[in-house]
Amino acid sequence: MLSANRISHVLLCNVTQRVSFWFVVTDPSRNHTLPAVEVQSAIRMIRNRINNAFFLNDQTLEFLRIPATLAPPTDPSVPVWIIIFGVMFCIIIVATMLLILSGIRQHRRKNKGPSEMEDTEDKWENTVKIENGIPCDPLDMKGGHVNDAFVTEDERLTPL
Amino acid sequence: MDEARPLWATPLQFVFACISYAVGLGNVWRFPYLCQMYGGGSFLVPYLIMLTVEGMPLLYLELAVGQRMRQGSIGAWRTINPYLSGVGVASVVVSFFLSMYYNVINAWAFWYLFHSFQDPLPWSVCPLNGNRTGYDEECEKASSTQYFWYRKTLNISPSIQESGAVQWEPALCLILAWLLVYLCILRGTESTGKVVYFTALLPYCVLIIYLVRGLTLHGATNGLAYMFTPKMEQLANPKAWINAATQIFFSLGLGFGSLIAFASYNEPSNNCQKHAVIVSIINSSTSIFASVVTFSIYGFKATFNYESCLNKVILLLTNSFDLEDGFLTVSNLEEVKSYLASAYPSKYSEVFPQIKNCSLESELETAVQGTGLAFIVYTEAIKNMEVSQLWSVLYFFMLLMLGIGSMLGNTAAILTPLTDSKVISSYLPKEAISGLVCLVSCAIGLVFTVEAGNYWFDIFNDYAATLPLLLIVLVEAAAVCYLYGLRRFESDLKAMTGHALNWYWKAMWGGVSPLLIISLFVFYLSDYVITGTLQYQAWDASQGQLVTKDYPPYALAIIGLLVASSTMCIPLGALGTFIVRHLKQGDTASVA
Repeated sequence: MLSANRISHVLLCNVTQRVSFWFVVTDPSRNHTLPAVEVQSAIRMIRNRINNAFFLNDQTLEFLRIPATLAPPTDPSVPVWIIIFGVMFCIIIVATMLLILSGIRQHRRKNKGPSEMEDTEDKWENTVKIENGIPCDPLDMKGGHVNDAFVTEDERLTPL
Repeated sequence: MDEARPLWATPLQFVFACISYAVGLGNVWRFPYLCQMYGGGSFLVPYLIMLTVEGMPLLYLELAVGQRMRQGSIGAWRTINPYLSGVGVASVVVSFFLSMYYNVINAWAFWYLFHSFQDPLPWSVCPLNGNRTGYDEECEKASSTQYFWYRKTLNISPSIQESGAVQWEPALCLILAWLLVYLCILRGTESTGKVVYFTALLPYCVLIIYLVRGLTLHGATNGLAYMFTPKMEQLANPKAWINAATQIFFSLGLGFGSLIAFASYNEPSNNCQKHAVIVSIINSSTSIFASVVTFSIYGFKATFNYESCLNKVILLLTNSFDLEDGFLTVSNLEEVKSYLASAYPSKYSEVFPQIKNCSLESELETAVQGTGLAFIVYTEAIKNMEVSQLWSVLYFFMLLMLGIGSMLGNTAAILTPLTDSKVISSYLPKEAISGLVCLVSCAIGLVFTVEAGNYWFDIFNDYAATLPLLLIVLVEAAAVCYLYGLRRFESDLKAMTGHALNWYWKAMWGGVSPLLIISLFVFYLSDYVITGTLQYQAWDASQGQLVTKDYPPYALAIIGLLVASSTMCIPLGALGTFIVRHLKQGDTASVA
């Protein structure tokens, strides 16, 4: 940890053509250079500030032997895909239910249709039909009175 | 007849149904691969020849049979000749296998579609490792798109023996896919007829959008030039012709019974000859169109990878030799490399092993087919485009439409014979029959969502449909021409549609197409026999790539069972009819 912020304590060496350099940090109070491990951990902690000072980022400003601490990807509490899955699932279920129910209703209407036809025919028969002022009922053979005037053919003809 | 057979509302619905069935994922991910492997532009020659000689005649044959017999595959073949009821059953069995594994692709498409609504796309970045100093190891060795496919989507196991547990995420997507299919087939032709407007037309909209976007991408012309440069020497390669014939055959979906099922809902006077020609031409043009799109995307991806490879080399050299930033560019890379090799030989030899030889050709030559193309290569290209979420959503939506369209045909092939049968349809309404079929297929399809599920998927994809279909279509063509009688069929068609049968169709049905199918059949059998043990590609997580392994004996047994269960239906059906007839004759003889 740097005890005091003094630019004069940072010494450069091995400057190359490319913008790169080695540096050591001295501690004037104890007259020795700080160990590399301490400097590395310090830089790791304030890496962002150093990057921003140079308007660079981890890809363009590299510290050798200091691995970058990569930012973890943002994990929402509910994964996005489940939300969309849920929406699609509900839509499809609702549409399927609607189709099935309308199919059942159509089926019932078809079944009711022919039976309704039969009901009206029965009603038609139950109303008393009147022709020429005489109710047809007594003329119906439902009662079953045999008219003796009409002899059945079997008795007229003599059997062979 | 108490209930008239349901019909398509307009002939256009029938054409769209056939198009949405035939135009499927094979057009998008198999044809571009074949084009690349067998000589680019010159592959079109065997392809178009096979289309006119094999594809159109057989398609017309199936449509004509379905329209004439007005029943699903089982009833239609039983009417042609009672000994052929096994052919219909074999078609239904193959369709059942197909629908079981095909809907898994739709489930994967749903998975990717749902994940496309994130920024950044989950397959574009690798997840971090434990102490957040770098990326996950498997992801580093492979690429982020491969990692997302093999680890996040499939969670694949290292071999087929280690089956693992059912993964709940793909299982949920599979259930959703089956629900969607059920919704579309619920009411039979009434609902299917409306859905096919979308499944037939929407993929074309997306393909056109992708065509415009693809052609304007940087590096697209590299891919197009690579694909379309004809390599005429491939015309002499018999494999090119065999693959062209195979592609036409399977792309049109012959032999599954779906075309017979669709045609059975036609008016008898429908001009199916015209429709057969239209559907086959549209199917092939879509393949060619899709390969233009695919290759412009390929070219973009290859150029992007090539340039990033070069940039990595530049960075490596800049770092090792402490050169000025911007000193090394793409144009002077070679000179500087030779300069550095001569000026600092020892240091250069240290760095040399890490310098990759970047080549555009080798990037373009990575030919991929099947699920690898759709889910790995395409996503890799998409993640580098601007507004990648939009392109991703469009692409997977298109895959979904193509897949659902083909599923409609597959399920129609299974359901039409079931609803035609008086026994079953008297007990259950057709909604219940469709529901049962979907439920059973979904339950068995959960096998493909276990950790080793992709290996089982490959087994079904490679073996469930290939050989049986060739046999089925061969028997179909021979039956119509020789058992039923070509002249009788011709007069049937004339009475039905009013048009006379062209000599061309007669020549193809009688001679050329069956011969082609026999040669394909012989080729495949000899291929299986010669290669000996069958092998598969397994994903090795430690290396981050695919390795070849042998199938264990029980997997080989299942492969044999798959092929046998559909092909054996044909002789067993004939045998069954023979026995039943024999018994009936025995009865009548004893009564008289």
